[in-house]
Formats: sequence, structure tokens, C-alpha cells
Amino acid sequence: MPVIWMLAIIAILAGAGIVLGRKKALASAGGDSRLLHSLPGYYGANVALFVAAPALLVLAAWMVLQPILIESRVAATVPEDAYETQGDLSLILADVRRVARGLDLAVEQGTITAERAGDMRSEFTDVRQRLAEVGVAVGTEVDRTTLTAAQRYRVLEGRADLAMNVVVLLLAIGGFGLMYAKTDKDFRARNSVEAAIMVILIGASTIAILTTLGIVLSMLFETMNFFRQYPALEFFFSTTWDPSFSGRGGSSELGILPLLWGTLYISLIALLVAVPIGLFSAIYLSEYAGKKFRGFAKPLLEVLAGIPTIVYGLFALITVGPLLRDAIASPLGLGTSASSVMTAGLVMGIMLIPFVSSLSDDIINAVPQAMRDGSYGLGATQSETIRQVIIPAALPGIVGAILLAASRAIGETMIVVLGAGAAARIDANPFEAMTTVTVKIVSQLTGDTDFSSPETLVAFALGLTLFVITLGLNVLALYIVRKYREQYE
Amino acid sequence: MTDATAETPRRGSGMGSLMASDDHTAKRNAREKRFRMYGLVAVCTGILMLVLLLTSILTAGLSAFRQTTIEISVTLDADRLDPEGNRDPADMGKVTTFGYAPLLRDGLIGTIEGAGIETDLGARDVADLISDESVAQLRSFVLANPDVVGQTIPVEVLASGRIDGFFKGRVTYETAELDKNISPAQLRLAEDLKAADLLRTGFNWRFITAPDASTTRPEAAGLGVAILGSLYMMLVVLCLALPIGVAASIYLEEFAPQNRITDLIEVNISNLAAVPSIVFGILGLAIFINFAGLPQSAPIVGGLVLTLMTLPTIIIATRASLKSVPPSIRDAALGIGASKMQSVFHHVLPLAMPGILTGTIIGLAQALGETAPLLLIGMVAFVREYPEAPWDGGLFDPATALPVQVYNFTQRSDPAFVERASGAIIVLLVFLLIMNLTAIFLRRRFERRW
Repeated sequence: MPVIWMLAIIAILAGAGIVLGRKKALASAGGDSRLLHSLPGYYGANVALFVAAPALLVLAAWMVLQPILIESRVAATVPEDAYETQGDLSLILADVRRVARGLDLAVEQGTITAERAGDMRSEFTDVRQRLAEVGVAVGTEVDRTTLTAAQRYRVLEGRADLAMNVVVLLLAIGGFGLMYAKTDKDFRARNSVEAAIMVILIGASTIAILTTLGIVLSMLFETMNFFRQYPALEFFFSTTWDPSFSGRGGSSELGILPLLWGTLYISLIALLVAVPIGLFSAIYLSEYAGKKFRGFAKPLLEVLAGIPTIVYGLFALITVGPLLRDAIASPLGLGTSASSVMTAGLVMGIMLIPFVSSLSDDIINAVPQAMRDGSYGLGATQSETIRQVIIPAALPGIVGAILLAASRAIGETMIVVLGAGAAARIDANPFEAMTTVTVKIVSQLTGDTDFSSPETLVAFALGLTLFVITLGLNVLALYIVRKYREQYE
Repeated sequence: MTDATAETPRRGSGMGSLMASDDHTAKRNAREKRFRMYGLVAVCTGILMLVLLLTSILTAGLSAFRQTTIEISVTLDADRLDPEGNRDPADMGKVTTFGYAPLLRDGLIGTIEGAGIETDLGARDVADLISDESVAQLRSFVLANPDVVGQTIPVEVLASGRIDGFFKGRVTYETAELDKNISPAQLRLAEDLKAADLLRTGFNWRFITAPDASTTRPEAAGLGVAILGSLYMMLVVLCLALPIGVAASIYLEEFAPQNRITDLIEVNISNLAAVPSIVFGILGLAIFINFAGLPQSAPIVGGLVLTLMTLPTIIIATRASLKSVPPSIRDAALGIGASKMQSVFHHVLPLAMPGILTGTIIGLAQALGETAPLLLIGMVAFVREYPEAPWDGGLFDPATALPVQVYNFTQRSDPAFVERASGAIIVLLVFLLIMNLTAIFLRRRFERRW
């Protein structure tokens, strides 16, 4: 029975619960809703909630866990001499899944009977041919191990599906029966519903924590796998980045330093562009600009923040890169590449302008007016007030804003993928192509990924490093900004 | 504190007129002017950059919405297309595109001769005027309408990428000299065709509806699958992020006790908002694809990853909006006997709804433009088939997304794809513009000041 049918049954039961629960409660009060403990709707909602919530929860959990459990059971039946490494085993299992899927399809289309699919022997039947007929392509001939494993897979899956349907249905019906039986004019339906909703609300707010946990655990786990195959010391301190995909392991050099250098160099240029422009814009908009100019210029600057980074990436690729190369780099003999640290840095700087300006704007506006008035009263001009009173007062907040911008720059991906190039090198010339941590995460994890080779796993170590750096910057920045806000509140 | 006090003694007393500023004051005023100037220059630089960015994308991309086509009358030879003679699409399907190519070529040559245009190009060079894609198009058209076999019908076929580029100014006679894919003679022939009104340039609907095409056929590449994939992902994000985000915010804002755990959740959310987007891609790859076994390139995985990314945005907006509902509303509801839960769901939440929706739309717009995490979960794959409808399991079919399609186009060597990439960006920006305008409209129309 497909899942959609289960969902339909649960929905129908819940719907029935809404109507019947309400009816029974009213009947128990003799049709006078004033005698009920709760509003009549709550009795219906109570039944429906206890039908749907546990059943759906179990259904979801079962669907996630079932493939994993079946896989491990099937993996245990594959004889150990059939594979050498964990990677071979996962290849065999992928084949097993495909064959099992093909057999399912064949049975569904009626080209073979269900019994035949269960006891077919690879010695006597051309399984590959049979599967090709129903549109499932299998790479190699199906050998005996794969076929028996696939058949075992189908048997287990069939059993598990049946068990899931039974359990979920029982839960739904049980929930219905229990709550319907409890429904009575004195039953505290509202409290019951509200408690259930509370559980849902709390569950929703823990998702944020689960996400963080998921991020940290998934990366930590794979990073540890990586360090088992590749020395951590070399990863952190080697100055060569030279992954090889042909020879597996051994010959690759995966040092993070060139990537970090590229990342920091580009971020530095981006901040050199964004901080002065952003800061001066914020000062002008909050201190000098008239209402009209502010109302026109501030939203325009904020549009820059709403533009997706891929747009900036394309801008770097087709406009800024060639322009810098033809106007500066080539005539001065500094480089011939359109993608360079300068290109990516400049464009990223543009992206960060609104980031710096709107944060600093908020912070400057939070400086109390009394401090300005005091300074004017002593005869200072407006710019003197800004430079000697407002900026020092707002400095912690501004530093926080710059740190946030820096963390954004370090984690930025699309601009550097399209604008910075792919060559890992440590060089001081900003017109050379260099690469960053994020670019290498993308290049190591797109396309052909083999999760047992260090060349793929290194991406997780890079990701974790990136996460730690940006998290550190964020925590520091948020701490500074929060501390600063408290000062003037 | 200011320069004024520090410098006063030097000036002496009674020197100079009050009306005329002395050197020092003039200097200070000049500095004031300069400082103000810096600010203005900074603001203008920012705006200039925005203008530059948009013009650069628009000039490169607007031409993607126009496409050159050639009208050809093709004789659909029955012996060749339907050897069985029964007009059954299943049998006719055995004739591959190789069977159709000569028909199209002969049709083109016939059309050129019929228009009285003279050319000394060989048949092969003439056939290069039209896109390779048009053969496949003709084949699927014939298979859909088997009755046309044996007739001579007019068909509108795509011109090849270089010819298309010639009429958009990307290809010139000079570049054609150096290009092995096109010759000046072919360009002259194309101009003659245009003069005879057989070659036209019109609005390019295919760019918006058609699927992607191979790297050698930029003229046929479209955004259909990408737009659909993005739409599916937005659907997933909306269905998950809005209820979860609102539920979480209600708990944190209205019910949560002030304790360590609540603090932890709050710090967590503000930090999640600043985690680089690519990290969410790694999470999606490790958890949803490797651990949970969901398929690669599927909108459901993209949607889940983007949901986790947008949640903090939505939670922050929702909490601000709940906070802005005055406590008197809650007190009034509690005062007439509503439970805490009733006061929130019946009164506070409806009043906060405009703010919540605005925040959600802005979060969705952010998710729509996100590229990096989608690269890691396999959305870069080359997908030509449209995904099924969402209720037919389309969320699990492979698809791409608009921003990823842009990235995909930029990775191809043919310069015509730069135009396609910029065109795709324009489509993306139009979507974003619509979403943001809706948010602004909602805010203006429903926002209440208490």
C-alpha cells in the first residue's frame, strides 16, 4: 500500500474524529453546549490530534529508518569475499537496490510473476535483459550474490512495509478509540488540545538546535574519517594544494594554507572596498542627508543586499574581470587572467556595502542625541562631532558590524567561484587567480564523489574549518554589538 | 574635545571681524565641507555600482529574449519517415533524427532557391544555418501529428547560435573569418534570407519554457526545468518553513520561560542566520542524501536545505512582528476568560500576520536566489525532462534551479551562453522584484501602528 493511501486514511480518520468527537460531547451534555467543560470544537480537535500526530510521527520516523536498517541486514548477507573495501560494498549495495527496484517494476508491469521474481536464479535467467525490458539499466551482468541479495532486500522490504502499515493504522485507530471513549461533557478537552499544541510548538523551536547539531555532527564525523586517512598536521600546515583524482590516495597533497590565504586576501580587499564606502554612506545618510535624499538613497543601497550572489558572480565574470585585465593587469604586466583576487574582492566589496552601511547606520542612530548636542554646544562643527564624539562612541558597534561583514566575506561562495579562479597558490599579486576554501568545497563535492577517498572527505574538513572561523567571528561580533546596545539603552 | 577650544589662545582677542572668518575657521569649514563630500561620494558610489551592475546584466541579457528563426517549407517524405506506411507513431519512432536531417536540409535549400536567392555554398554549409535542435523538434512534431507525413508544410526552425548572434551583434564578418563554425558567406546568405523575410527575429518564448540544451546548442537552451524546479523548492520551503518558523516564534516569544535552554535556542538561531550558505549544502549532502537516502538533484532535498536556511530569517521576522502587538490585546483577551493559548491564536497571531507574511516573502526571496548549497546536492546535473506534478512524486524527480542554471550556463565555453546566463538572471530578478514588491505592498496595506 503506497504511503499516499496511508496519509489519506489518517486524514479521513482525523476528519471523522473532528465531527464525531464534537457530536458525542454535545450529546453527552444533552445538546446544551454550556454544560461542556470546553468549547465543542475542542472535543473534535482533541480526537483528530490524537489520531494524526502519533501516526504521522511514526510514519515519518519509520520511512527514514527502514532503508537504513534493511541495508545493514542485506549488507550482512553479502559474502565477505565479494568485496575488499567499504567502497566496493556500497557499489554492490547500489546494484542490489537497482535490481530490487527493477524486479518490483517487472512484477508491476506483469512481465514476470511475483513468485518468479522471488526464486529466479541468475544461472538460468538473463536478469539484465529482463530488467532492461522494463526500463531499468544495470551496468554489469547480475551475478548470483547480487540477485540473492536483491531478492532478500525485496522480502525484507515487503515485510517492513506491511509492518509499518499495520503499526501506523493501529496507532491511528487506537488514538481515535481512546480519545473518542474519553470524550464526555466533563472531559477537559481544551487542556488536552493545548498541551498537545504546546508539544508541537516546543518541537518546532528545537529544530534550530537540531540543525546546528546536524551541521556539526555531520561535518565532524566525516572530518574524523578524513583525518584517519590523511594526517591532520599536513592538512593544517602544508602549503601545497594538489589533489589527484586518478591515483587514489597517497599522491594527493591537501594543505589548507593556500586556500586560507586566498580567502583572507580576497576578504581583505572586499573589506577595504566595503568599509570606507559603507561607513561614509552610513554617516552621510544618518547625519547629513535630508529626509527626501535618505528616503531615496537608503532603499537603493539596500537593493544591493537583496541581489543574489550569483548575480554578483556573473558581474565579476563578464564585466569586472575582463575590465580589470584589459585596463590594469595586462598593460602593467601583472597578469593575464580575468579571474583574480582583485576581481572577486572588488565585487564582494560592492556586495558588502549595504551590509556595513545599514548596520553602522543603526548603530550611529543609537548614539544619544544629547552627546551630539553637547559637542555642538562646545562649538564643534558637524564633522568634528562625528569624528570625535559619535564615531568613538559607536566604535564597538561598528567593529561588530565589520566583523559580521568579514564573516560574510569569508563564507561567500558564488562570487569567488565565478570571479577568483581555481588555482591554489600563495602570492602577493592581487591580479593573479587564487582560490578559496569555499571554491574548493564546491569543486571537491560536485560531480563524481566517492565518500571513501580523502579527496572528497577533505571538503568536510574544509567546511568545518570555515564553520569554526565564521562562527567565532559571529559570536564575537554579536557579543560586541549586544554589549554596546546595552550601554545606551 | 574639539579643535575650537584647543586653538583659542593663539588667536588672541579682538583680532579680525566677527563677520569674516579667520584662517583657522576657514580651514575647519573647508574640512567640514570635505567630510560631507566624502559621505556624498560614498553614497553615490554605492548607487553607481548598483546601476552599473544592473546595466551590465541587462545589456548582456536582454537579447536572450529575442530569437532568430527561419521559415522553411519541408516536404515530409512518407517513404523515409514512415517505412511501414501505417502512420503509427510507435513504428515511426524507429526513424531517428538522422532520417529527418536530410529532409530539413533539402527543405532549406528548396526554400532558398524558391526565394530566388543565389549562393555558392555547399549543402552542408547551408544546413549549418539552422540549429541542430530543429531536427529533433521536427521529429517530435511529426510523431505528435502523424497525419502531416507526405505533405509539404511550413516550419519555423531555430537559426544556429552563430546566425542568431550575428543579428544580435555578437558575431560580425570579422569574427566569422576566424571562426571555424561560421563563414562570412553564410552570414551573407542569412542577410539575404532576412531581406526575403524568411528569417525573422521575434520574442523568445522557448527561452522561458524550454528545457536546457546541450553545450553546442545555446540557441535552444531554455529555463523551463529550472523555473519549475525553483518553484517546487519554494513550495517545499513555504510549506515547511512558514508553519515551523511561526510555531517556534510563538513558543519563544509567548510561552518560553526565561531559562538556559531558551537562551541557548535564541543564540543558536541568531548564529544560524550567519552560517555561510555552503555549510547548509554540506549538511544537506551528508544528512539528506547520504544518511536519509533521498535522491540527488531532487527539489525536495533543495527545499529542505533552503528551509533550514530560511528558518532563522522567518523566526526573527515573526518574533519582531509578535513583539509589536501591544500587551493590552493579550490582557484584554485574558481578562474575558480566554486561555493563554486562545489569546495568542485568536488575537495576537492574526494581528501579527501581515508582518509574518512580509518576513516570509523576504525569506523566500532570499532562498530563491541561493546557489551555493544547491551545487553540493547535485542540482547542477544536466536535466532535460520536466519533473512530474508535485502530487505525482515530482518533488523527487531530478530538476535544476534558476540560479544554478545561471552557474551552469557560465561554465560552458560558447559565448552565446553568456547571453543566456544574463537572460536567466533577468528572469530571476523579475521574480525577486515581484516578491519584494508584494512584501512592500503587504507592509504598506496592512501594517498597523499601535
